[in-house]
Amino acid sequence: MTEQTRRNFVTRALAGASTLFLSGCYDLSQQAWFTGILAKVEGLTHVAQHMLAGPQALAPEYTKADIDPVFRANGTRDPGTPEYAAHVAGGFSDWRVTVSGLVEHPLSLSIADIRKLPARTQITRHDCVEGWSAIGEWKGPPLAVILAAATPKANARYVVFYCADPMTEEGDPDHKYYESLEISEALHPQTILAYQLNGAPLGVEHGAPVRVRAERQLGYKQPKYVERIELVESYADINGGKGGYWEDLGYNWYGGI
Amino acid sequence: MTDTLAPQPPRGFRRLRAALGLRPAGPHYAFYRHKLPVRLSHWLNALCLAVLLMSGLNIFNAHPALYWGNSSDFERPLVMLGAMANADGEVVRGITQLGQTQIDTTGLLGASKQGDQLVSRGFPAWATLPAFNWLAMARNWHFAFAWILVINALGFYLYGLFSRHFQRDLLPTPAEISHLPQEIVDHARLKFPHGEKARHYNALQKLAYCFVIFILGPLVVLTGLTMSPTMDAAYPILPWMFGGRQSARTIHFICAFSFFGFFIVHIAMVILSGTWNNIRSMITGCYVIDRSGDD
Repeated sequence: MTEQTRRNFVTRALAGASTLFLSGCYDLSQQAWFTGILAKVEGLTHVAQHMLAGPQALAPEYTKADIDPVFRANGTRDPGTPEYAAHVAGGFSDWRVTVSGLVEHPLSLSIADIRKLPARTQITRHDCVEGWSAIGEWKGPPLAVILAAATPKANARYVVFYCADPMTEEGDPDHKYYESLEISEALHPQTILAYQLNGAPLGVEHGAPVRVRAERQLGYKQPKYVERIELVESYADINGGKGGYWEDLGYNWYGGI
Repeated sequence: MTDTLAPQPPRGFRRLRAALGLRPAGPHYAFYRHKLPVRLSHWLNALCLAVLLMSGLNIFNAHPALYWGNSSDFERPLVMLGAMANADGEVVRGITQLGQTQIDTTGLLGASKQGDQLVSRGFPAWATLPAFNWLAMARNWHFAFAWILVINALGFYLYGLFSRHFQRDLLPTPAEISHLPQEIVDHARLKFPHGEKARHYNALQKLAYCFVIFILGPLVVLTGLTMSPTMDAAYPILPWMFGGRQSARTIHFICAFSFFGFFIVHIAMVILSGTWNNIRSMITGCYVIDRSGDD
């Protein structure tokens, strides 16, 4: 073997090994039994992190000096539907957030009602699943306050949020953003229904008039443009059955990591 | 000793044989170098690091920029991989931005071929797992193999402590430290220990392994956990310790490439200091000592 052919051979062997490895991994990514194992690992992470963090541990809070001058918006920048545009024009005076499902007292709250509730102000870090972070000051009533008023039934396990932003370009009304949190995370002291960012009412790009802040979760677990809150025992029958818009597309339901 | 009277093959032939790690013709003996737990954890670790590095690069491609501090200052990334498009919107160049400096890295970083087309992507398809950008699946792979890595590492730490493998084989002695400059010179000249001296790791090897096992390993796991918002709630010391979540992400990235650098040097050393002897010893445990140079 000459030096040249030997080098070619080594390069091809490495590229071949890498391709074999990658296509093997790709095939595994398509196999139900394998993605099933990966899904079990998600459950392991969920249980382990809950044991370590408990229901009460607070996400770090920051000072005014840490607030980012521009808070990058995550997800939808503008729902873009005629109904939503009418709400923006009307200052969200007709917007309602309903609370239904497994509750003793279903609620229908206007933004004015929500603003009257005892509010929490928190300067927290938003972590996007993509990898970036932004710090902002959020204000709104703890979800626990609203849920207490509705009084969840004993079998309520998840809180599902239905949003006003359609997730297809055509604006298919059946394909709006939705998300779910387990009830312990929904009752966490820092989980709020925020109507204010950095001292100003939420802008359209940040989820006006109200968005969820769940500070121990990634950004996609914190839905914007919230219209309806439903308490359920299982989310298996809702849309794709995975508990959220991104979850139906393969993202983890557990968004604490 | 009859050994010294036996005819010796030419010097060049002996060196080649030593480099390949073939069984020497002269006096030699085999000994059991790597115990089964070490071999198992070594290969499991190799698999985990390969999957973690490549799935990590896929995750990185979702936002191919690094920052310092708690949040992302999008105007001032430390590192950013980006693409430039022409007036028709076709990607024409891949750019790596380091601070204020821009480097053309078309084909490798920022923009690379996907099929026949140049597309905007941080790391190229051949380096990421899955090959195309698929954040959800890459995260699943990454977290699953992170668990395996951590469990494997904990098992290895326990074994290393209780079997005294760490104390006996990995911690350098003060005398070895004092010979370090000479060893660095020897390594740079690709002169490796032979005969009885090859029975034990030399100081440079010990320091390299200790650095990876006791510093790089824990650091990559802790910075990884710091990126989890729930872990930061459970242990606020994590983001504090690394100067913020984005700093932790940057350190995590540096650790990953330190592992890759270690891997390259490790493979080079395996090849240069007796390829087959080294590989065999990590598979079967059996390592052959050539005594022909000991006289």
